[in-house]
Amino acid sequence: MTQLTFARAINAGLRKSLENDPKVVLLGEDIGTLGGVFRVTDGLQKDFGTHRVVDTPLAESAIVGTAVGLAYRGYRPVVEIQFDGFIYPAFDQIVSQVAKLHYRTSGAVKMPITIRVPFGGGIGSPEHHSESPEAYFTHTSGLRVVTVANPQDAYTVIQQAIACDDPVLYFEPKRRYHDKGEVDESLAPASALPMDKARVLTDGSDVTLVAYGPLVKTALDAASAAADEGISIEVIDLRSLAPVDYEPVVASVRKTGRLVITHEAAQSGGLGAEVAASITERCFYHLEAAPVRVTGFDIPYPYSKLEMHHLPGLDRILDGVDRALGRPNSLSGLEG
Amino acid sequence: MSTDQTGHGGANTPHNAGNPGETGPEFLQLITPAGERISHPEFDFWVRDITEDHLCSLFEDMTVIRRIDVEATALQRQGELALWPPLLGQEAAQIGSGRSLRTDDFVFSSYRENGVAYCRGVDLTDLLRVWRGNASGGWDPYSINMATPQIIIGAQTLHATGYAMGIQNDGADAVAVTYFGDGATSEGDVNEAMVFAASFQVPVVFFCTNNHWAISEPVRLQSHIQLADRAAGFGIPSLRVDGNDVLAVMAATRLALDRARRGGGPTFIEAVTYRMGPHTTADDPTRYRDANELEDWAAKDPITRLAGLLERKGLLTAELQQRVKDKADTVAAQMRRGCTTMPEPQPLDVFKHVYSTPNSWLERQQDHYARYLASFGEPAGAVSEEGAR
Repeated sequence: MTQLTFARAINAGLRKSLENDPKVVLLGEDIGTLGGVFRVTDGLQKDFGTHRVVDTPLAESAIVGTAVGLAYRGYRPVVEIQFDGFIYPAFDQIVSQVAKLHYRTSGAVKMPITIRVPFGGGIGSPEHHSESPEAYFTHTSGLRVVTVANPQDAYTVIQQAIACDDPVLYFEPKRRYHDKGEVDESLAPASALPMDKARVLTDGSDVTLVAYGPLVKTALDAASAAADEGISIEVIDLRSLAPVDYEPVVASVRKTGRLVITHEAAQSGGLGAEVAASITERCFYHLEAAPVRVTGFDIPYPYSKLEMHHLPGLDRILDGVDRALGRPNSLSGLEG
Repeated sequence: MSTDQTGHGGANTPHNAGNPGETGPEFLQLITPAGERISHPEFDFWVRDITEDHLCSLFEDMTVIRRIDVEATALQRQGELALWPPLLGQEAAQIGSGRSLRTDDFVFSSYRENGVAYCRGVDLTDLLRVWRGNASGGWDPYSINMATPQIIIGAQTLHATGYAMGIQNDGADAVAVTYFGDGATSEGDVNEAMVFAASFQVPVVFFCTNNHWAISEPVRLQSHIQLADRAAGFGIPSLRVDGNDVLAVMAATRLALDRARRGGGPTFIEAVTYRMGPHTTADDPTRYRDANELEDWAAKDPITRLAGLLERKGLLTAELQQRVKDKADTVAAQMRRGCTTMPEPQPLDVFKHVYSTPNSWLERQQDHYARYLASFGEPAGAVSEEGAR
């Protein structure tokens, strides 16, 4: 076991993948000499060379589009999109090419491309640096979408994503990059929990609280605050956003009868809606209350002095828990 | 022979600015529209090995793909195909370039390069699968080293550039060749592809088929200068060739391939030709273009032109013409048979190949849909032998 920051854990995972598979190549802006604006790729170009860790011109569509060509040639490209809000120029290549080529070619051409995206807010940045665009991609068939919430998963799941023959969007919660945690670097990705599985983090009996990425830590904090009031919350880290692993969520809701889902992304059409609908379909007769969403608002990501109003924090999550439990809450007495 | 074998001579020659639709004196031509072979101090070198037999064989190829095109258009009119994008008039551009490639080169094309696919050895039935609605892609790209047709305009140029980055990493001397039209040169992807190709000096050939029309939009709407001149801005040498002259196209393509194989990086070729038919069988060009223009281009027909050269050389014998006609008839009949006997895909094939690894969302939906079908007493679970292919 080693103490690593989130960013160093991803770095270690990337290093492992580069060592284990000569077909792994990294592409992105500033990832070589600089080591990435968050230093996630620090030192990798020095150790693996400019042909395996490639500083590219500033063109996101081309970064992803050339990764497609490299995958055609048998490579396993790992692409860095510098910030969440910079991914849109690459949207066409991701949605129309990366996601569809396996289908288009009846399985002849594999697209084992990993697209790393630092996402989410809470770092006081200007516009386009704090977005949560995951739902665009979970809505796109052919892609797998994962996110991680602790350094161990960061280390393991990046390796699983790279080893996966399907394209994977790997969302990195950027405000957690400097959080430290224990990482077992000897843990083989193949023997760890598969990346498309959710993980139950705390055992609880009153409410199921589903979170992912940056809000997992907030959800855990909320659960321990609630425990002080005698409320028992089962926290589930989804990890995989497409597909969502519903089994542990279903099992939990059958036990608790109450569901709260939280994410930073805007509410409408988001992952919370998908989880709420799917759990309602599967657990309707076990639910004691309507599922509750605690999410970002349907607004462009706000300027940083107001971002904490947009981001679900511990208190808003607990307010949602109260709503699910039918306890007094901010919306008490409001119809619908 | 003044040609420098590094292939740099002439390719960097600046072209005069002008209407991008015009064919100025600066563009490369080795056979005149009347079928006269004219010599060129630099480019004769690149076709010096083309024998009379080769010329006859190019004539056969061009005639056969025109026949494939006519047959496929007929199949669409008869309701056997949903759509077809004709290549009529572009035979020299496709055969001249397609016949210059090596087996280990890799092609990333648009949807109109059916003649190039023919050169790559595509199965004729595979050529039609997409257009019959039986598949999203007709063939295994690795079987002929050619990606299936790209419909998003220009997106494939990035794939070729990335593939060429892979070739460079592998230390191989293959080349990635990408085909796109005049309209595609306005797309961001094509411009980004040229930026990457130039930065990394990778072995890729940008083959731009300027057929003058992007559906209803004339090339002058895409560009204020000749398309070949755009390449200079990226630091990529370019050539502007008579796209209806199979030898000129071949010479230019060979020069570009040679440069790429020697580590000389990308080349941009503008093949000036004309889309004599509609954009697709769903299009009606009489709504936007002048019949006179079509007539002018008919006079420069690529097959007539090569036939003219063969005639001058005494090669256009009745025997050759019969042989070529027989071949075209055979190919057309074979393609028609392949089309009409293509196995129908089965309902649950719709779920196949979305992912290469099991996916819980999709498995559930497939299971539910199979139950739905079974509720009608249908043979649920039906997945065709051939799958979605």
